[in-house]
Amino acid sequence: MRALVYRGPYRVEVREKDMPRIEHHNDAVVKVEMGAICGSDLHLYHGMMPDTRVGTTFGHEFIGTVHEVGPSVRNLKVGDRVMVPFNVFCGTCFFCARGLYSNCHNVNPNATAVGGMYGYSHTTGGYDGGQAEYVRVPFADAGPSLIPDWISDETAVLLTDALPTGYFGAQLADIVEGDTVVVLGAGPVGLFAARSAWLMGAGRVIVVDHLEHRLEKARTFAFAETYNFAEHDDIVVLLKRVTDHLGADRVIDAVGAEADGNLLMHVTSAKLKLQGGSPVALNWAIDAVRKGGTVSVVGAYGPMFSAVKFGDAMNKGLTLRMNQCPVKRQWPRLLEHLRAGYFDPTEIVTHRIPLEHLPEGYHIMSAKLDGCIKPLVTVGD
Amino acid sequence: MPYPADKPSRAPSSEELRARIPGWGADLDPADRPSVPRERFDPRATGAWWDLPEQQPETYPRERSIEHARLTPVFGTTYPPRGVSGAIRRLAFRRYSEARAAHWLLLLAADRVDVVESSVRELTSGRVSNPVATGLRSEVTHGGPDPRTTARRVDHNHRWMDPIVTAGPLVAAGVGAVLVGRRLLRRP
Ligand SMILES: [Zn+2]
Ligand SMILES: [Zn+2]
Repeated sequence: MRALVYRGPYRVEVREKDMPRIEHHNDAVVKVEMGAICGSDLHLYHGMMPDTRVGTTFGHEFIGTVHEVGPSVRNLKVGDRVMVPFNVFCGTCFFCARGLYSNCHNVNPNATAVGGMYGYSHTTGGYDGGQAEYVRVPFADAGPSLIPDWISDETAVLLTDALPTGYFGAQLADIVEGDTVVVLGAGPVGLFAARSAWLMGAGRVIVVDHLEHRLEKARTFAFAETYNFAEHDDIVVLLKRVTDHLGADRVIDAVGAEADGNLLMHVTSAKLKLQGGSPVALNWAIDAVRKGGTVSVVGAYGPMFSAVKFGDAMNKGLTLRMNQCPVKRQWPRLLEHLRAGYFDPTEIVTHRIPLEHLPEGYHIMSAKLDGCIKPLVTVGD
Repeated sequence: MPYPADKPSRAPSSEELRARIPGWGADLDPADRPSVPRERFDPRATGAWWDLPEQQPETYPRERSIEHARLTPVFGTTYPPRGVSGAIRRLAFRRYSEARAAHWLLLLAADRVDVVESSVRELTSGRVSNPVATGLRSEVTHGGPDPRTTARRVDHNHRWMDPIVTAGPLVAAGVGAVLVGRRLLRRP
């Protein structure tokens, strides 16, 4: 089969690779129809994620058709069209039994601090991802769901990570009616978080980024006030000024470890890998939120420590809430909202890239060329 | 002016927002959101029907965190550790918990060694992949007006480092191969 393969930092290529096999009785093999590149795939592409082995196939956002099922699979059959949450999870361990699917204890031997993910290095279990023609899906009875026939394939792909993660970020922020909500980062997750903040009753939604085309989308898709931090000397002071010097009630960090802030942070984190990621966005969140407020973190960080301004968080009496999104928990409500027609998530899709052209896709995404927000990946014909 | 008790109202009223933004307030009740309460015991919520999952067969000594009591019932089997990078990875797993910086720094070091080793392996097997950053074609096909020069962005200041990160390990591999080759040739 054809698959995207990691060769080293900034080097990926599409080549022939062995077909995935059923390795556990509850595995399925899914023939991928559509996938996506995620902002967090850039941590892998840049070589930032520890234990990213040469040969690994990336991709944790994908939908497809069940191609083969293991002997104990009951809920799926060959030919079913499924959307697969980016989390690999068992459904019945201590954590899954309590709804923390992203924190499953039964799927990742390599680390206890992080659950299982498709195509996200051995630190999340060593599973190959869906930027390929076929992919192994463990615990097929727990993870995937049939794609409802009234949603488009593109919507289904966005339901595997970006949309539920943004929505989850807004839930973590504990928004109550009338709150001022700041979202750092206008990538797909930030845009969906901003849009979701209104569902939860926000009074103001403010989005911060440095890419003008993304801020434009934040205004049109998420009805947000926007600020370009590259045009301001000190974004924290600006955010204080527009919130009457109290700070925002809630701040959502939808950036994570790839934050571009200053050169020192970039060198120590992205280049020298001395930190779990550049904490620029998280520190802005801590500074810009009001005392007693909530910081919600859905941006991805690596397993190493980061230089976070913890004293400020303590002195301000903040609530810090964060997790990888337990995707399957969000689906029923999100499908209700989509059915009600509140918004169309595919409005943020900017590129549709064939599997064979994925190396260009990664470069576009990494160098932020061509007004890129969300690139989808088409597989097969 | 001193700071007052009320938040100065800059936000539109809820009625205005409800009229303007589709779905405004659909999840207004903080207690009725999908991930609230955070932990809710329901082991049958996902479609999983087993009490304890079966064990996937271990076909090679699978490396695992020493913070785990046992090998997890499922795991990825792609790219077992091999070569020098594999030895470094095994050491990182055998010796250090996730709490230790050494664990992660060794794994990152192994990643760099892995790139060099696989480049050497490819050179010796005659199957050479694209040696430079892939996807550069998109600079032409998707570059448009170059956003690096037309827009204010903060990621310009470190772009000069990217080629070094990309090509560094390959240059190191080349130099290493030359040194090893010279030593072999000098042997009687
Ligand atoms: Zn993702
Ligand atoms: Zn579990």
